Amino acid sequence: METDLNSQDRKDLDKFIKFFALKTVQVIVQARLGEKICTRSSSSPTGSDWFNLAIKDIPEVTHEAKKALSGQLPAVGRSMCVEISLKTSEGDSMELEIWCLEMNEKCDKEIKVSYTVYNRLSLLLKSLLAITRVTPAYRLSRKQGHEYVILYRIYFGEVQLNGLGEGFQTVRVGTVATPVGTITLSCAYRINLAFMSTRQFERTPPIMGIIIDHFVDRPYPSSSPMHPCSYRTGEDAGVTYPSVEDSQEVCTTSFSTSPPSQLSSSRLSCQPAGLGLGSADLAYPVVFTAGLNATHPHQLMVPGKEGGTPLAPNQPAHGAQADQERLATHTPSDGTHCAVTPSSSEDTETVSNSSEGRASPHDVLETIFVRKVGAFVNKPVNQVTLTSLDIPFAMFAPKNLELEDADPMVNPPDSPETTSPLHGSLHSDGSSGGSSGNTHDDFVMIDFKPAFSKDDILPMDLGTFYREFQNPPQLSSLSIDIGAQSMAEDLDSLPEKLAVHEKNVREFDAFVETLQ
Amino acid sequence: MNCRSEVLEVSVEGRQVEEAMLAVLHTVLLHRSTGKFHYKKEGTYSIGTVGIQDVDCDFIDFTYVRVSSEELDRALRKVVGEFKDALRNSGGDGLGQISLEFYQKKKSRWPFSDECIPWEVWTVKVHVVALATEQERQICREKVGEKLCEKIINIVEVMNRHEYLPKMPTQSEVDNVFDTSLRDVQPYLYKISFQITDALGTSVTTTMRRLIKDTLAL
Repeated sequence: METDLNSQDRKDLDKFIKFFALKTVQVIVQARLGEKICTRSSSSPTGSDWFNLAIKDIPEVTHEAKKALSGQLPAVGRSMCVEISLKTSEGDSMELEIWCLEMNEKCDKEIKVSYTVYNRLSLLLKSLLAITRVTPAYRLSRKQGHEYVILYRIYFGEVQLNGLGEGFQTVRVGTVATPVGTITLSCAYRINLAFMSTRQFERTPPIMGIIIDHFVDRPYPSSSPMHPCSYRTGEDAGVTYPSVEDSQEVCTTSFSTSPPSQLSSSRLSCQPAGLGLGSADLAYPVVFTAGLNATHPHQLMVPGKEGGTPLAPNQPAHGAQADQERLATHTPSDGTHCAVTPSSSEDTETVSNSSEGRASPHDVLETIFVRKVGAFVNKPVNQVTLTSLDIPFAMFAPKNLELEDADPMVNPPDSPETTSPLHGSLHSDGSSGGSSGNTHDDFVMIDFKPAFSKDDILPMDLGTFYREFQNPPQLSSLSIDIGAQSMAEDLDSLPEKLAVHEKNVREFDAFVETLQ
Repeated sequence: MNCRSEVLEVSVEGRQVEEAMLAVLHTVLLHRSTGKFHYKKEGTYSIGTVGIQDVDCDFIDFTYVRVSSEELDRALRKVVGEFKDALRNSGGDGLGQISLEFYQKKKSRWPFSDECIPWEVWTVKVHVVALATEQERQICREKVGEKLCEKIINIVEVMNRHEYLPKMPTQSEVDNVFDTSLRDVQPYLYKISFQITDALGTSVTTTMRRLIKDTLAL
């Protein structure tokens, strides 16, 4: 029995280890894509399925793995590591797992390379398939989406477990002894997901334009954090689900396994400005601010049915953001409130953001409320005065009342009254008495029978008392008749009164002295 | 040669029995299945490709990987379904166990039939619990998912000890080692049996199901 490996066996072993490393990376990354994996069995050998397992090869993953390996193989002190991390839409990131393919010095010289080692490597890959579904990161990766994405990074060299937090746990997938050393595959995973628990269920919408899908790989493990790679515009805006191969164009080493809605959103962020918004837009019943710049183009989806000119290119914005937009423009149904969807909160933020860099007047950036008459509303909306409106974001309510009157949406055409009391109340000059008289005409006179009273026998009983004191006479001091003078006449009589008082100044002084 | 025996225990709700059993059995069979052998001349053979697929559980927060073989899945589901029914019909505490036994056939001379020699037995002991509220069921979903994760890790640990495995057979011997009846994959010869225990721990009913091509003559 030869103690040293013959050249053919050595070549085979190196090949097995190399392809095992590549397949390991494929299994790990595919397990974190967020989808269920399904490959078909084939009774006839295809010749291209390493280790007799149908594991697809994602080209860019293979490319990155080869790049990380740089023609080397895992050896003692040189481990191949796949780091799985999580990145939230707010930019926070956290390492979840480190998968390590290591080699130690313990050799088994007698083991057969082409048979035993190969079969055991196949078994180890099956174990890896099972274990990748069992660590906590799997369930996280299945739920990735708008709030967070899962990223991977491959590096070669020393294993770095610092980013996993305290108390991380390790699971050993398996070992395979070979004549040149023992291959060990293991996973160290974070158990302290406290960071996730506080943020995962926050209902803050992602800030558009900052969602990062793709990252470049760090050339060295200790180098700077991941950063987004250049994103190519000019892609077909109507892309549905980019297959994994398509993302080759835009990702380098570490790529996010995010769903297509985020890809579309970040694509929108590259749209050029040039929307030419001005005060003319105020005439359109847009729900959101008309002064936004192009960094938030998704917010300028104006529904065509309201007669507004589309202010933004008709981008098919996928995802929940666009749905929120559309939802907001088609509500409210009660006629008094408007845009109380989460988009509104985002809207106020963007108002403050966009107002910083713009020279447009402040009122241009204010929200205009669309008053619609909702279904089953008994009271016409025009009876609601401005003061009685309990509307959210009231500070953004238009201050310019003339604008409101000119707005056709404020006075719906289906209102029964032609002249709106809204107008009347706003332009009234002491017509309060008239309005109260009108209210009296609406009453119907009925017999007044006060509670707890007997029949009206005595001249003075409860009912009589009520009637007499129901309309008490006005106070004399408040009576206009006595003082029928206008203010001008009062002013004229003032000098005479002053003269009288000056005559009596000695009496006044004496009075003051008595007080002291 | 001694038969290797591994025992796993799980406590599940009634509706989780099937999925929990399938998860364990499929994980074991994933490791104990290979591609179809195609023998060539001169004693060499090539091996087909085994596909894999993820299965999400409906009643447990868990996903397991199984071999892409509908025939194998059907066979397992059939026996696990019978086990579940037997558990339900037994009443009592709901204690049972299901065993997956890998064996080799050893040819004997006539009139003796072939001998089945087990080399690995996986036993899953099941305790069925009854839950009253939906909240308890939700907690149970998660807990059983975590427990199954531990079981999978246990299974993988055993598998990677690389202990005894039957030698790769020649073409004439392949049916003594592998189940060649399936179209797309080739697991080692196996059989699944289960039994329901009563509160005393004794075996009240024993049900045997054989999933092998040949039957015992004696």
